[in-house]
Amino acid sequence: MTTEADVLLRVEDLSMRFETTKGLFSRRGRMVVDAVKNVDLTVRRGETLGLVGESGCGKTTLGRCVQRAYRPTGGRLRYRRADGTEVDLATLGRGALGPYRREIRTIFQDPNSSLNPRMTVGQIVGEPLRANRLARGADLRDRVADALRLVGLQPEYMRRYPHAFSGGQRQRIGIARALITNPRLVIADEAVSALDVSVRSQILNLLEDLQEQLDLTYVFVSHDLSVIQHLCDRVAVMYVGRIVEEAATDDLYARPRHPYTETLLRALPLPDPRLRGTRRRVPLKGEVPDPADPPTGCTFHPRCPYAQDDCARTEPRLLAIEAGHEARCHYAKTLDLAGVAEPASTS
Amino acid sequence: MPQPLLRVRDLRAHFDSGEGLVRAVDGVDLTVYPGQTLCVVGESGCGKSVMARSILQLVEPPGRIVGGEIRYRLDPGHPASAGSDTVEDGMVDIARLAPKGRAMRQIRGKEIAMIFQEPMTSLSPVHTIGHQIVENLRTHEALGKAEARERAIEELRLVGMPRPERRIDAYTFELSGGMRQRAMIAMALACRPKLLIADEPTTALDVTTQAQILELLQQRQEELGMAVMFITHDLGVVAEIADEVAVMYLGLAVEQCDVDSLFHAPRHPYTRALLRSVPTVGRRAKARLATIPGVVPHPYQRPAGCPFHTRCDEAMAGVCDVEEPPPVVSGTRSVRCLLYDGPASVATGTTAVKETV
Repeated sequence: MTTEADVLLRVEDLSMRFETTKGLFSRRGRMVVDAVKNVDLTVRRGETLGLVGESGCGKTTLGRCVQRAYRPTGGRLRYRRADGTEVDLATLGRGALGPYRREIRTIFQDPNSSLNPRMTVGQIVGEPLRANRLARGADLRDRVADALRLVGLQPEYMRRYPHAFSGGQRQRIGIARALITNPRLVIADEAVSALDVSVRSQILNLLEDLQEQLDLTYVFVSHDLSVIQHLCDRVAVMYVGRIVEEAATDDLYARPRHPYTETLLRALPLPDPRLRGTRRRVPLKGEVPDPADPPTGCTFHPRCPYAQDDCARTEPRLLAIEAGHEARCHYAKTLDLAGVAEPASTS
Repeated sequence: MPQPLLRVRDLRAHFDSGEGLVRAVDGVDLTVYPGQTLCVVGESGCGKSVMARSILQLVEPPGRIVGGEIRYRLDPGHPASAGSDTVEDGMVDIARLAPKGRAMRQIRGKEIAMIFQEPMTSLSPVHTIGHQIVENLRTHEALGKAEARERAIEELRLVGMPRPERRIDAYTFELSGGMRQRAMIAMALACRPKLLIADEPTTALDVTTQAQILELLQQRQEELGMAVMFITHDLGVVAEIADEVAVMYLGLAVEQCDVDSLFHAPRHPYTRALLRSVPTVGRRAKARLATIPGVVPHPYQRPAGCPFHTRCDEAMAGVCDVEEPPPVVSGTRSVRCLLYDGPASVATGTTAVKETV
């Protein structure tokens, strides 16, 4: 089992609340959105943790809290430094965050909008080093060249601008920029979602190779369940700002414990026409609730096919169903939910 | 097999921009049968959207259809077929109709309707959804205003829009992504088209919403008996809904066959590579993914000969980079690959290269 020393980041009771007002001058109609609410999550060193959910579920906000692009409104981000000591990133100020900005890096979704079209590839990839005053001059150039080689690009491309590259190559540039400061934790936010299938598989393989080579830990944010299954060791499922289930990938796909996870897995088209009609479809009623006005009790109860009366009244807590498998459902232990994968034992 | 509803042969649509000629669609053959679903699969830039727009004569300049035919079966006595020299055994050649002509306007929206990927950009933001559905209805059918409004409400109810009598006066920005797509489907189906062209209608949606929309499309298709041409890049969706599949690469329709053959006996090397490179849920897949080497070439630098030869692991030097592959037809299958020298080799899957090696 995991010892404390294996844990790279422990997210505890993390909340991110946004407050907005309707209209420019009105004081009435204040809206409070709990984009992330009471999230507990453990990221172990060297693993890939998947964060999956539909748009608006708060997975990107959670990722941005971890990298401290947002200052969380509650909770702790206990990060273990290389020397073994622990620091709470959630409350650190701008100046004190400096070293962690180098250790926690992000790969963005859309390589077209996350690369500045007026900067050359050399400038883009070298920017984190320059901004953090880590290297300059010839040293900077050498490290940029190394980073480009690492992601499978030729160093000669340094003088070119992003528009001269294809989508897959641009994503490689984004990866080089993330890795140039030798990070320990990389947050990949929908890093392959904008890519075509033939290019996507190249980037997924690259991410796996780099993880092995550089001893990286990934938090992989995605809505794509097939990519998550391929890449991740563990998966956390989010719904309306909360984690509703967390488990090892094989367990989660073979035997989901939360009705929402079951629905997600079943909504996924299976890429074999011979499997058509082999599974019971549970078409989900309605739509994702507005996070500014979440339902009472369990946030999933209005759409849940198994909902009971008490689901609308009391909100379930995230509880361990078995070792390493947690679910936020009153009936997680009694429901018999169907997965899509064969059980881990037969594979 | 019944008679085809739509038969596209060797369609070519080019864009002549200042920087060079883009052969966006360059050799597409496909057939759609009444009531069936044809999925068109391909990566971005393969010309699948331009191909779909060509069928409705919606290609915008500098793009134009430069060759091939688009035969569509009209009912006998249909006004668009009267006195036209473009009709041949009941099938009108859309490629030769004037894009803004009367005949084309009678087909577009009435016989063949289309839905798009992003409803926010294809629905008008300054008109209510009801207004847009009513406009479509009154263009093609002799209906009064009140009558048309009743019909529009009914259409919204049929696509599962909650409280349609109120939502009919909603603007697109007031609706969620899934509801917008439902409104667009209601508009497209209001005039009971025989063929619906759906261009990536679920790509921008979440998986659970995608499942709802796919279910809705299949249910409406069954009720109305219409044919669907479904354009997608998602092989999972193809496996779920297709009867027939056409695969496109750089403007070329490389393969068309029934869905089972595509997944279990693909013939074209590109189809095989595509199937291998997809991570699939349900199968334990911690192993490395197979990849297709290289990238899709830039449209200005389309390779000569077979456009896939630069990335094909079975390419034959001196053959594939010179000759353009003609369609080889066996039964209902069609493959454009020089590895196959005749119908027999397509049927059995034996390729020329295996004999020479």
